[in-house]
Amino acid sequence: MSDKTLRATTIRCTAAAAALLLAATACGGRGADGAATSAEGACKGQQTTGITAKSIKLGGIYPLSGPTSAYGQIPKGVKAYFDYVNAEKGGVNGRRIDFTVRDDGYQPPKSVEEARRLVEEQHVFALFQTLGTPTSAAVMQYANQQKVPQVFVSSGASKWGADPVKHPWTIGWQPSYSSEGRVYAQYLKKDKPQAKVAILYQNDDFGKDLRSGFTDEIKGSGVTVVAEQSYEVTDPSIDPQMRLLAGSKADVLLDITTPKFGTQALAADANNTGWNPVHIINNVASSATVLKPVGFDRVQNIVSAAFLKDPSDPQWGGDAEMRLYKDKLGKYAPGLDSSNAFYSLGWASASAMDKALGALKCPTREGLMEAVRDLKDVHSDLLLPGIAMNTTPQDGYPLETLQLQRFKGERWNLFGEAIDTRKAG
Amino acid sequence: MSSTPLSLKSSPASGGLARHWRWAALALLTAAACAAPFQLAPFRVFQLTMVLVYAMALLGLNLLVGHAGQISLGHGCFFALGSYAAAIMMDRWDVPYLLTLPAAMAVTFVLGFALGVPTLRLRGLYLALVTMTIAIFLVPLLKRFGSLTGGSMGLTLAHPEPPAWTGLARDQWLYLLALAIAAACGLVAWSLLRSRVGRALHALRDNESAAEVMGVRLARYKTLAFAWSAMFAGAAGAVNTWVIAFVSPDSFTVNLSIMLLAGIVVGGLGSTAGPLLGGAFVMFVPTFSQGLNEAAPNVVFGVLIIAVMYLAPTGLAGLAGRAGRFAAHIQRKK
Repeated sequence: MSDKTLRATTIRCTAAAAALLLAATACGGRGADGAATSAEGACKGQQTTGITAKSIKLGGIYPLSGPTSAYGQIPKGVKAYFDYVNAEKGGVNGRRIDFTVRDDGYQPPKSVEEARRLVEEQHVFALFQTLGTPTSAAVMQYANQQKVPQVFVSSGASKWGADPVKHPWTIGWQPSYSSEGRVYAQYLKKDKPQAKVAILYQNDDFGKDLRSGFTDEIKGSGVTVVAEQSYEVTDPSIDPQMRLLAGSKADVLLDITTPKFGTQALAADANNTGWNPVHIINNVASSATVLKPVGFDRVQNIVSAAFLKDPSDPQWGGDAEMRLYKDKLGKYAPGLDSSNAFYSLGWASASAMDKALGALKCPTREGLMEAVRDLKDVHSDLLLPGIAMNTTPQDGYPLETLQLQRFKGERWNLFGEAIDTRKAG
Repeated sequence: MSSTPLSLKSSPASGGLARHWRWAALALLTAAACAAPFQLAPFRVFQLTMVLVYAMALLGLNLLVGHAGQISLGHGCFFALGSYAAAIMMDRWDVPYLLTLPAAMAVTFVLGFALGVPTLRLRGLYLALVTMTIAIFLVPLLKRFGSLTGGSMGLTLAHPEPPAWTGLARDQWLYLLALAIAAACGLVAWSLLRSRVGRALHALRDNESAAEVMGVRLARYKTLAFAWSAMFAGAAGAVNTWVIAFVSPDSFTVNLSIMLLAGIVVGGLGSTAGPLLGGAFVMFVPTFSQGLNEAAPNVVFGVLIIAVMYLAPTGLAGLAGRAGRFAAHIQRKK
């Protein structure tokens, strides 16, 4: 068993492997995917993968594990909605919805893997909701290359609707952070035309998107920004920033923060009795869980914006949509606390998907994209009064209207008209 | 590789046979690896490509931890640097994707070398801590230079298209590319370990003082071990960029580094098959544990690691050897 035999074996093995490789290559690339089907008739040639006369397969990707697993509650609301529609309404236009949830742990490479699993292995009709900005951005490239709808992305970044020509298969849903910034700007221009504004923002895309929406909108008006401070998500406290902002003597504070820092900013503002600006806090940090630790009595008259009915707000107690949501969540997802806004968000976005699927002209992937890009004043469940979905083939932002609200007593009170940021302010 | 000397010693006559078996197994594996993309669904091919990507990164980690005995909790950092180097070149300067591989390897080699220098004075846990700091530090750093790295939004790239003459689908082409690169990396690592470098690294791992007395230049081999291992991770990162076509800071958190270390330990430290088995572990087991229990995949994952370490303390690669010895033990008792 000298080196010679060894070498001979090696050569033989290599030759065998090479022959096998060549033989395999000679067979050529693989044929068309067995599960890919296309429509006949008026919608001829369009993709019908994952949709039949009786069913629609949808897939969603959420962080069920990892540091952002709080968002993993949202698909429970979605599931409850689809279960309700399947059981009590026979599905959407007779098609039962089969909704599969996958976990990506908020890691973009994992999101791509899960998207491929849903599309290539489970042959879903569309990706309904991928949660998060970096994760959805990772999936966007794949979905558009593969021509699979990535519908109603759950993230406030403005990139989902930014370029319908380059990314025709992706569309967002909730109002973008940038339109939220424009809403606050329009409010100030009307109510406090000479406002001097101090801005506190989180130094990432979320914070910068909202801030630039605001500053773009106030250009040429009497509203001016007199001070700006940013913080990092990793900062332990924002007290130094708040002290610097207080020194500016601004009469409005635009508070662009995530929940933990929202609480800190509200507390710092309440503690500083020498400075009493109008405190505008963004939607992300406007929930009761943020306000409560500061004390409701100390956050009176702060301003924010919303687009969904808050399930913990007693004023919607008699609302038909809210009652339906609470009843059916209790029935199809027993044990969940229906006042949790994650469940109602999931419910609301599933309702929007229901409306889009109900409007399909062609039961195809192309048809779905056509439907979501042709929404005309469509109201889905739990949207605030005066807010509806509107899109055109050129406008890829379904929701661009927000309602201002002011905190009074122990809850938010809506005030003024819903502000549509499409119209020039 | 670790079990070979043992089996040779115990039965010199069967040594030749064992070696034949090894070549046969390797040939079989090669054939299977070459045939796989033509037999499997695109999604499975993609998964196998990712196994190869992780295996490449683990190859480097194996060199550093398994052979040179230097602990690194920051290996994901080099993986990220390779990914970003390739992504930035493709995105900003439209460099042909194949050229990004050597460039990413060069960048990570130099950076690995540079990082190897300050770690010369550190050992064991201290080294682990310093390397972990690098991994933690990387994410905010990537976010900071937004104009180059795309900030926290990351960079979205186009998938490389296979050349028309091959007639291959994109996933097949990427798989075969990854396979070729992984094989090349494996060959480089293998010849490296068979040379005086490998002997020096083993001496370094087993006893630093003794190695120094024998004339091994500690500083040189430690920094080189870091540089080589970073280079393999960089190659893996570049291929990762081609396959995923997206990079962002959230793709490369400290979790990745810990995952990689867990992968190589489970796969088999210092063994030849370790990186491949570890790659498969890193790729498949988290998904598998999600399938077992959707509510607590991390708990299942942790329990699986403990189970593997308990049943196979030398890693999955050593499992076959252990099973063989166990069988022999039973036979002798009879």
